[in-house]
Amino acid sequence: MREPSGRADLSQRLHHPPRPDRGELEEIVRSVISTMRGDLTVQETSLLTEVEELGRTIAAAKAEIAALQVDDITDSHIPSATDELGAIVDHTAAATNAILEVCETLDLLATQVSEQQAEQLNDATTRIYEACSFQDITGQRISKVVVTLKTIENKVAQILTTFRPADDMAVPSAPPLTAEEALLNGPQLPAEAMDQSEIDRLLASFE
Amino acid sequence: MSIDKSMNVLIVDDYKTMLRIIRNLLKQIEFNNVEEASDGGEALAKLRAGQFGLVISDWNMQPMTGLQLLQEVRADARLKSTPFIMITAESKTENVVAAKQAGVSNYIVKPFNAETLKEKIEKVLGHA
Repeated sequence: MREPSGRADLSQRLHHPPRPDRGELEEIVRSVISTMRGDLTVQETSLLTEVEELGRTIAAAKAEIAALQVDDITDSHIPSATDELGAIVDHTAAATNAILEVCETLDLLATQVSEQQAEQLNDATTRIYEACSFQDITGQRISKVVVTLKTIENKVAQILTTFRPADDMAVPSAPPLTAEEALLNGPQLPAEAMDQSEIDRLLASFE
Repeated sequence: MSIDKSMNVLIVDDYKTMLRIIRNLLKQIEFNNVEEASDGGEALAKLRAGQFGLVISDWNMQPMTGLQLLQEVRADARLKSTPFIMITAESKTENVVAAKQAGVSNYIVKPFNAETLKEKIEKVLGHA
């Protein structure tokens, strides 16, 4: 139902602002200008014209964002990327466990050979065990990437919400981190991480 | 005086693979009585039910983290003196400081090698 025009209409809109679409925005600005034009100075009229132009710019931006098909990002691209990363973790875990199984067989064999051969076998399997810990680090790094993807997904959803009617989409905001959660940073890049000797020095400083 | 390698060692990590790696590395330095837990809550239950001479724990686990486990252990009259080594990828200064303040015995950053593990175990068990 069309509401009465003029100041009453403006007052209604100010108290109950709708999620404007392009047509509505233009109508609001036109309504403001036409209602007030006779009372305004040249400067104020110019300002209102700028506001009208701003409304057109926002509407154009909305149309451009809609044309980007951002729904694909949240509906398809990010879930697909997350699944792919999950598959990487699963495959590397399976490969690592296969390697560990072979090492455990070698450890058993080491009990049946000479002391010198056993030592050589143990040294070799120790190095393999150490190297296999890559799977844990890789998994944690991938988990960090997944969290980043989720953050992007939420930001995209927020942009969509901004340019859609309020009842079309609701994006829950992330709860603030607790002090404990803020310490869960995961593996750092080599340039940013403390190595074992730095950690040892830091611990020693408490003694 | 030598280290009692027959002691029970509890290793805690939510990555099964990591538990397997640490168990095998401990076996190579002759710690054969090793029990596993996949998070802090399970570890705490095992610690309260048994006798352990050493805890080696990851930090980043759900629902109870390694840091929370450490705090619980230090707050428990019977468990509070149990040596506790954190093995984690968390390598920021604030992490090490928080762990130290919570009473960690030593801190190993991932990825680590067998020699570091052996050295830290010897240190916390008083044989550095």
